[in-house]
Amino acid sequence: MTPARRTSALKGGALLVVVVLALLVPVFAADPATTNIAVFTTMYVGLATAWNIMGGYTGYISLGHAAFFGFGSYALGLLLAHLGIAAGYTPFLFVPVAGILTVVIALAIGWIALRTRAATFVIVTISCMFILQLLAENLVGLTGGGSGLSFPVPTWSGDFFNTPYYYAMLVLALVGLAVSAGIRRSKFGLGLLAIRDDEDKALAVGVPARGFKLTAFVISAALVGMIGAVYGYYVTYIYPQFVIDPLVGLSMVLMVFLGGLGTLWGPVVGALILEPAQLWLSYNFGASRLYLVFYAAVFLVVILLLPRGIVPSVTDLVVRWRHGSAAGPAGGSSETREALAAPGVRSP
Amino acid sequence: MTLVPQAIILGILTGGVYALMASGLTLIFGVMRIINVGHGALVILGAYLSFALLRSLHIDPFLSLVVTMPAMFVLGVVMQVVFVRPLKGDREALSVLVTYALALGIEGLLGFFFTNNYQQLNAWYETASIPLFNFRIAYVYVFGFALCLAILGGIFWMLYRTTFGRAIRATMLNRTAAQLVGVDVDRVSALAFGVGVATAAAGGVVFGITNVFNPGSHYDLISRLLTIIVLGGLGSLRGAIVGAMVMLISTDVTAVVISPVWASFVFFVILIGVLVVRPQGLYGITVRDRA
Amino acid sequence: MSLLEVDNLSKKFGGVTALDGCTLSVEPGNITALIGPNGSGKTTVFNLITGFASRDSGDVRFQARSIAGLSPDRIYGLGIARTFQLARIFPRLTALENMLVPVRRAGLRGLFSRGQWHEEKSRAMEMLTFMDISHVAASLGGSLSYGQRKLLELAAVMMARPQLVLLDEPAGGVNPALLERIGEHIRELNQQGVAFLLVEHNMPFVMGLCHDVVVLHRGTVIARGTPSAVRENPVVLDAYLGA
Repeated sequence: MTPARRTSALKGGALLVVVVLALLVPVFAADPATTNIAVFTTMYVGLATAWNIMGGYTGYISLGHAAFFGFGSYALGLLLAHLGIAAGYTPFLFVPVAGILTVVIALAIGWIALRTRAATFVIVTISCMFILQLLAENLVGLTGGGSGLSFPVPTWSGDFFNTPYYYAMLVLALVGLAVSAGIRRSKFGLGLLAIRDDEDKALAVGVPARGFKLTAFVISAALVGMIGAVYGYYVTYIYPQFVIDPLVGLSMVLMVFLGGLGTLWGPVVGALILEPAQLWLSYNFGASRLYLVFYAAVFLVVILLLPRGIVPSVTDLVVRWRHGSAAGPAGGSSETREALAAPGVRSP
Repeated sequence: MTLVPQAIILGILTGGVYALMASGLTLIFGVMRIINVGHGALVILGAYLSFALLRSLHIDPFLSLVVTMPAMFVLGVVMQVVFVRPLKGDREALSVLVTYALALGIEGLLGFFFTNNYQQLNAWYETASIPLFNFRIAYVYVFGFALCLAILGGIFWMLYRTTFGRAIRATMLNRTAAQLVGVDVDRVSALAFGVGVATAAAGGVVFGITNVFNPGSHYDLISRLLTIIVLGGLGSLRGAIVGAMVMLISTDVTAVVISPVWASFVFFVILIGVLVVRPQGLYGITVRDRA
Repeated sequence: MSLLEVDNLSKKFGGVTALDGCTLSVEPGNITALIGPNGSGKTTVFNLITGFASRDSGDVRFQARSIAGLSPDRIYGLGIARTFQLARIFPRLTALENMLVPVRRAGLRGLFSRGQWHEEKSRAMEMLTFMDISHVAASLGGSLSYGQRKLLELAAVMMARPQLVLLDEPAGGVNPALLERIGEHIRELNQQGVAFLLVEHNMPFVMGLCHDVVVLHRGTVIARGTPSAVRENPVVLDAYLGA
């Protein structure tokens, strides 16, 4: 076997092991407290991966993705209520429908938001999120307004209850990862990365930037929407300010930055580290507002000390260790290390 | 319906407050090209500082500015040097996250020291008012508006009549060119940030007098401020003022004519409307890069 | 029929008139130079042709079709490519990936089909070899030397087989040896049927390479002809020396 083949095989094997372990989590750790952590952690793995498809690959930072999370939640809740679906496994079948509905709203928001560049785009996404929150609060006839919206509650036993939700989140996370990987290996993904590097140059070589950006945005939003839908079903009752929550939108961004913006596994690493930490912090300090201070401190430390995130920094170290010299990857110069962020598309 | 003229006047007065707060924000963006998402939190911090001085030393909120503005100026400079200047890589995106983190930190600290209860700055003359046409305008609104005019005037004077102001404008137009003619852009950035934060202190006083607030109020505030500067055009002082007026007048009129609930909604709808037609905002420069 | 026709194009930026009724044409298979003193509007013409700026009046036609007002990516799709004054490549992508970014036709099939991807990759390696930079195929764009970037930029825009290539100061910032290589590459591509329009200040380079020369001054064309004719033209000398 050639070295390249061997690395590929090793990577594939490792991936398989991880997936199998993930599938067996509810078997090893059967108590509700742990499976609850598993549900939320997997949820954020999915959210971070989905957000990365837009923010990481195109460089357009959306701080309003919580809007899609909440929208997906409401979409599923309302679907279940209006179609009279009973609790159980059936609601999960409607999650993709919530995803499709999220696509529609994402097209509208994306079309408006993508008329702008960089800085303004961030602000417009925040504004759209607040608009949706306001709509959720005020369209009382539709959403129940401030009183919230309820979901059907399954009658599964206490110990087992979290498990189907965990698997649902796991499926969505794996789908997200598959989509993300697929995009990166495709010409579409290359186009996105080109847009991130130099959008005007990308246009000059024929990349249909608006269409590409909108597509990435919609894919990202749809995934987030579906995850939001499962979340709504999990917590069984949603309120506008808690499901369209800026902190949720911010967390997924922070996780991607921590793990490595624009990489495939960065969002996963970031979520696996931050979400359990977040849960622990809110459990122990949630009552006092100091919880926010800790969070902010972690945030700042990450951004100031590890600006490129964990995965690229670690990859750099590994490559340097392997090549044994001070030079970085091919073409080594300090410029390379500055320029290196996403490893880019690797040939299959 | 005398309610509408009253709403318009109120809109102008509150527009002044928002114009003041937005001007600090757009100035920071213009000089450093960073979006200070923590500006709302800084305004609330200013409000709480004045509140603390009022509660413990019975200092009038407007007078407390003598203390809080310089203090927050220093805070702003420190923040810029410690948290913003070291950023490498994608500065615009990272600065958003950094300032958001700072906002959360401030929110947490304020909540810790002051609890989450709603507060308001009360001046002894709070209920006294001036008669105008068929209704009365509270003195505090008038003082607040006067303060905003004074500070905005001060900012324009600084920008257009002092050397420092020229350095700021040069940095805003072309950072590299400014450096080439000897402007210490790092120092200018830090000082400009300080000025921006100092205006937040002033904004905090007026905001605190005219609104109830708690540590979580910054979310709503920053979303409005961001909307205003995007509407006006990022980096444009004139845009911030016009944007604030447009937004606040329409919000207040909507509150009266339709309902307060939809007033906030109108805010964002106007933004979306303008952006669809003119993505760079009212006074912004065109978005497309020149090759 | 001319390949490219610029018809009475005018453009103002605020108070500055960059182009004032500029009319020129590029014939199929020709290498045409666009010269003129600084500030005469050469880069503005490029920007207007390639969709990076919008005209005030006048028209731009490619193969008799008006292309004024189209977006840059559409124009590339129609067969007009351009390079930039300061060579622009994608720094965080490898040289090979840079070659694979250009989009010929934005159809869904083109974006995700594996067979086409494979074909593109071998063509990309061929182009890199043609430009003598295949050895840096796996290096990040950001780590390449300026000369390598210039070659990469040209190689990449050729991926979509354009019929007309606009080169903005191809000789800018390159040493004589590299300049000769660039000139040769241009000649070879031209022999394969590609037309070129160059903005250039390096006169010997222009004289040795181009079939005809268009002289721009203060936003309008003041002379046109073969290199030797233009060189002797008193109007042209006046513009350069007087400007």
